[in-house]
Amino acid sequence: MFFNTVKDGNVEMTEEKLSLDMNEILNASIEAKYEKLNQSEFHRRIVESGLSRGTIEEISKIKKEPEWMLRLRLKSLELFEKLPTPNWLPDILGTLNVSNLELYIKPDVEQTNSWDQIPKEIREYYDVLGIPESEKKYLGGLVAVFESEPIYSNVKEELTKKGVIMMPPEEAMRRYPDVFKEYFTKIFPVSDHKFAALHGALWSGGVFVYVPKNVKITTPVEGFFIIGSEMEGQFEHTLVVADEGSYIHFIEGCSAPQLKKYSFHDGMVELYAKKNARIKFTTIQNWSKNVINFNNKRAWADENATIEWVEGSLGSRYSFVYPSTILRGQNASSTSLVVTLASGEGEWKDSGSKMIHAAPYTKSKIVNKNIGFGGGVNIYRGLVKVNKGAKGSKAFVKCDSLMLDEKTKAYTFPHNQVLEDDADVAHEAHTFRMSEDQLFYLMNRGIDEKEATSMLVLGFIDEIMKELPFEYATMLNKVIKLELDKLGAVA
Amino acid sequence: MSILKVQDLHVEVEGKEVLKGVSFEVRSGEIHALMGPNGSGKTTLSLAIMGHPKYKITKGSIILDDEDITNLETNEKVKRGLFLAFQNPVEIGGVKLSTLLVAEHNRIANPSGSVTEIIQRIREMTKTVGLSESLLNRGVFEGFSGGEKKRTEILQMMLLKPKFAILDEPDSGVDVDGLRVIAESIKKLKEENNTGYIIITHYRRILDYVNADRVHVLYKGALVASGSMELAKKIDEKGYEGVIKS
Repeated sequence: MFFNTVKDGNVEMTEEKLSLDMNEILNASIEAKYEKLNQSEFHRRIVESGLSRGTIEEISKIKKEPEWMLRLRLKSLELFEKLPTPNWLPDILGTLNVSNLELYIKPDVEQTNSWDQIPKEIREYYDVLGIPESEKKYLGGLVAVFESEPIYSNVKEELTKKGVIMMPPEEAMRRYPDVFKEYFTKIFPVSDHKFAALHGALWSGGVFVYVPKNVKITTPVEGFFIIGSEMEGQFEHTLVVADEGSYIHFIEGCSAPQLKKYSFHDGMVELYAKKNARIKFTTIQNWSKNVINFNNKRAWADENATIEWVEGSLGSRYSFVYPSTILRGQNASSTSLVVTLASGEGEWKDSGSKMIHAAPYTKSKIVNKNIGFGGGVNIYRGLVKVNKGAKGSKAFVKCDSLMLDEKTKAYTFPHNQVLEDDADVAHEAHTFRMSEDQLFYLMNRGIDEKEATSMLVLGFIDEIMKELPFEYATMLNKVIKLELDKLGAVA
Repeated sequence: MSILKVQDLHVEVEGKEVLKGVSFEVRSGEIHALMGPNGSGKTTLSLAIMGHPKYKITKGSIILDDEDITNLETNEKVKRGLFLAFQNPVEIGGVKLSTLLVAEHNRIANPSGSVTEIIQRIREMTKTVGLSESLLNRGVFEGFSGGEKKRTEILQMMLLKPKFAILDEPDSGVDVDGLRVIAESIKKLKEENNTGYIIITHYRRILDYVNADRVHVLYKGALVASGSMELAKKIDEKGYEGVIKS
């Protein structure tokens, strides 16, 4: 049994494994990040800059929004101005002036369900990443957002026949106003913090998904977000409602070409799993190293529902992501697996999952693995809260950090608030620094320095790899090896 | 027939000279013992030969079959047939022992072997050295007993079949059964592979088992005595003092 992990030279397949092979898309996306994806010139129809009431009214008008949405945006703007900047952000972000960014960019293209309708210079981004091809082969539905607007939205017939709704949120707001209004910013109120408010004011594009009762989607659906230019803000909103007894796997992909200056991302994800429903949400964040990334992620799980977060926080310069689940129904459960990689001077990866046990017999598990080298900084801020009355609840947290050199830093700030006596909360944290002696030992077994390093790193995240679908394990493996190659080049 | 020559080796650790000109040579199939009081530089010698970054060779050379390998990368030395069994190997929690064994087997012993063959070989070796298969599934040396660590080092030696093996106290902290298994493995590899050995030890017992050819005594960074097994007998009876002063 112990050889499962090396069988045929591959990583162990788990029961979680999806019956599809996404290697091609993943490889393409990795290669693109490392060599292929270039910034290209494309025509912009509308650009809005400057954070003001006027800008927001203009965006709302372009989108032909109902009155309530405009009011929500304006209220959000007020909140953004009032709320303090979180004091734990790196200094540089405290001085970030959002008004210097292009806050809304509408590319010169109408939303379509045919790749042929998309101008060549924009389509190239997606072709290089292999997205149209992977859509054809593996996905049940895809919404592609370019800059601020969804430019492509398509759902396969097998899904629409079952009543699955998948479209950009703007469209959902018009066609399904009741359900949209019921859930939009319900679990993640714009008043939550400064950047949630900013998102509320400026949100544009994203994905809305509704899965009807007892419908289980066997092929994953994807939202793919591209930031095409520098000094840009992207604020997409993803909203998934899984009705009773349903199942969906949503994949979120992010990409940006290497930019000269920086760009800013402040997205939001809201997941609603009704009774007995299960949502799996996988993010491969592979922004280029000039992107400042905020992603506000929160889910709720009703009775017996399951939320699974999987997050690979690999790219970007600064990243702040804390997948959170509110377990509000009896027996609800949630897992969150997060791998972060801070691979260079000035890189800052802030992560940490939050689990709120608000009902009896709820279960949660957090596994957070941070890898740092070349002077990168990893920070874990997590929370497990067990409310009074959530009896019989169980929570497990594990946050580990691996540092490959002396100048790299890792900090962990875990919080447990257990207000119910009849609850079981366990916490583990380990910090590893790769030592000269470990490296020397492996080299004494004929393994060269670079391989020895990646062995240590991959060994460190083995626990998460085992729980990932095979394709993602392969991809993580590859990204990490590529990042470590840079390390070799420096050393 | 191979020859490993250590010539006038001077080694510095954190600015302090620990080895002050050590020379000896070992041929294929020979078993040399390296003895000497604690702190005399035996482990330093083994780590310096393999190229640990903290142990700086300031003078002298290491020659393997007419090739100067003094400044080669550690893994290159291993590829050329050197092996070190550590006295107290470092724990590598994240890497499974099975992963490590497969990796080193692929790189050194038999690069073209199929996965099934490798697994088969590793299983056999595990049995031969008397290790439980469950250890293969653990992190390297994670929660291993002293004896299990030594047996694991010997297991790797058997797997890699080196030309020359330096064994740093393979017998310390090992029970009687363990000692026999380790000695048998040493003899077996000598017979099958004509491996030459440098065995660092404080005890005559293992040397009797394997029938050592030469015994050297290292004291304050220099070889002060060399001889046959008689020398080991003398140390056993009279302690180092008698040998060093005489």
